[in-house]
Amino acid sequence: MPLIELKKICKTYSETKVPVEALRDVDLEIEKGEFSAIVGPSGSGKTTALNIIGGLDDPTSGQIIVDGHDISTLKKDEMINFRLHHIGFVFQAYNLIPVFTARENVEFIMLLQKISKEEREKRAIELLTAVGLADRIDSRPSELSGGQQQRVAVARALASHPSFVLADEPTANLDSKSAISLLELMEVLNHEYGMTFVFSTHDSRVIKRAHRVITLVDGMIASDVLNTSAHEN
Amino acid sequence: MKLYIQLAWRNLWRNKRRTLIAVSSVFFAVFFSVVMRSMQKGSYDYMIYTSVSTFTGYIQVHGKEFWDKRSLDQSMTIEPSIVQQFRKIPHVTAVVPRLESFSLISYGSATKVASVVGIDPEHEDQMTNLKSKLTSGTYLADTSQGILLAEGLAKVLKVSVGDSIVLYGQGFQGTTAAALMPVTGVVKFNLPNLNTSLIYISLPTAQWLFSAPDRITSLSFMIDNIRHLKSTTRNISALTDSRYEVMTWDKMMPELVQYIEADNSSGIIMLLILYVVIGFGIFATVMMLTNERIREYGVLISVGMKKARLIFVTILETIFISFMGVISGSIASLPIIFYYIKNPIVLTGKTAEVMLSFGFEPILPFNISAGMFLEQIYTVLIIALFSAIYPYVFIRKLKPVKALRG
Repeated sequence: MPLIELKKICKTYSETKVPVEALRDVDLEIEKGEFSAIVGPSGSGKTTALNIIGGLDDPTSGQIIVDGHDISTLKKDEMINFRLHHIGFVFQAYNLIPVFTARENVEFIMLLQKISKEEREKRAIELLTAVGLADRIDSRPSELSGGQQQRVAVARALASHPSFVLADEPTANLDSKSAISLLELMEVLNHEYGMTFVFSTHDSRVIKRAHRVITLVDGMIASDVLNTSAHEN
Repeated sequence: MKLYIQLAWRNLWRNKRRTLIAVSSVFFAVFFSVVMRSMQKGSYDYMIYTSVSTFTGYIQVHGKEFWDKRSLDQSMTIEPSIVQQFRKIPHVTAVVPRLESFSLISYGSATKVASVVGIDPEHEDQMTNLKSKLTSGTYLADTSQGILLAEGLAKVLKVSVGDSIVLYGQGFQGTTAAALMPVTGVVKFNLPNLNTSLIYISLPTAQWLFSAPDRITSLSFMIDNIRHLKSTTRNISALTDSRYEVMTWDKMMPELVQYIEADNSSGIIMLLILYVVIGFGIFATVMMLTNERIREYGVLISVGMKKARLIFVTILETIFISFMGVISGSIASLPIIFYYIKNPIVLTGKTAEVMLSFGFEPILPFNISAGMFLEQIYTVLIIALFSAIYPYVFIRKLKPVKALRG
């Protein structure tokens, strides 16, 4: 059974004078352990697709099955709870809580999951060590570089033991060195822990490393190819 | 919980200046309102104390209907054992019996109407400091046959200590009350009404004069603090039956109550203005704190924070701002209040003259009570919760996708 399954997903934004069809009859399956990129030009619908997979936005029609749950039927609070326990998010602008340290940012997700203090602290330190920030545990976001903040965001995304991680343009605000370093980190997490990553991106560095590249054009899947060279790497 | 509290607390200090301005608005409003209330309440308590200690006491027990008819026929007898029990009631500091009536008093060719008060000299002095008002002559003894005459009356009648005056009036149940009595002392009252109408004689002499043996018209009570008025009144009532009525100072002096209520209303209007200032200060800060974090709210909801918890954090922020202001404002007001409790503001000029004419010393004493501070805490808490409506509505309506776009 696929980890993520989109069936005939349509999304139309009707707030504008002329309704905009962001997604049109999209069928997509993503298996556990994939390292996939959703790519396409601006306005192609990749962020909308990611938002719908993450339960942040509702489709106009169609069905989304994530980890065996039909999330299109969930109520708002149930959806929030589902995201908390099943989905990790990495955002383009890092979006850490600025007043919390790296450790507290990672801990916060586990606090929402009502995990005990001892376990929270232990896992936060483990994750920050895993993303190479053992020495910046007590630093606040403003004291970290962009690359370091995005690593904290990855650690935060993993803190809740999610089924998969959705990353919206994760390297867009990073310099080359930081971007490659982050991608290598995500690859390690994918290889060693089997964590599923789904990116939306323009970044050729991400596309090159993705095992599967799904291209959206005008809200429809234009191509869906396996990147064999990335697999071999 | 700790992490939520930390989040709320640290959020406040993202923009120190703005938070400090908001806290300052609460601080100044609380500071001024507490100091103002302290002065007002101090003045009211002082007015009440001065009034009740001049004559009525905080509480009186009368014979049924005496207060309306003011006739010796509604005077009462009361068992000495009951009076002893009254004295033992907690917070009662003095129990003063009186027998009051009116009489014509005459010296030479001058005649005036006077209010004749038969007193227990020792207990009367305990309550009204009557002895200290003596300007000439000697104070009454328990069985004294003499008269203490108010200074204003003495001047009108052209009487001095050692002269004898005639009293002529009506006693209990229509008997004639007439006597020639020596003036043994002159007392001065600040209140013109009292200074031109009162004469004191000892209680046994009054009972003899008015043919009312063992009878009194009132039993006045002083208590250690007005806060204990209700409980003491209850205790006194419990010892009396239907032949008696128990009245508190506010029923006996409705004009004073009206004056205080009118003055208090102006104080409350001032407080409302200050609270509006607080309200806008807090509301503006909360609005800015909310609006500038729209993307952050979007992220928090996206990663799984329920909106109710997010609202809770914003309410905590509002409460923190409010209570920092309330606590600092209250603490800052304490030295001022304590200073003026020890050293009341002394009034001069016309205001002082007006106060003296009403029998009050021209001072503005301050007062302190936990209630004054609790009032601030309750009010500011209500304002804080009211201000939290904005983030509540804002977050309830928030859509994470839109919020993430900022």
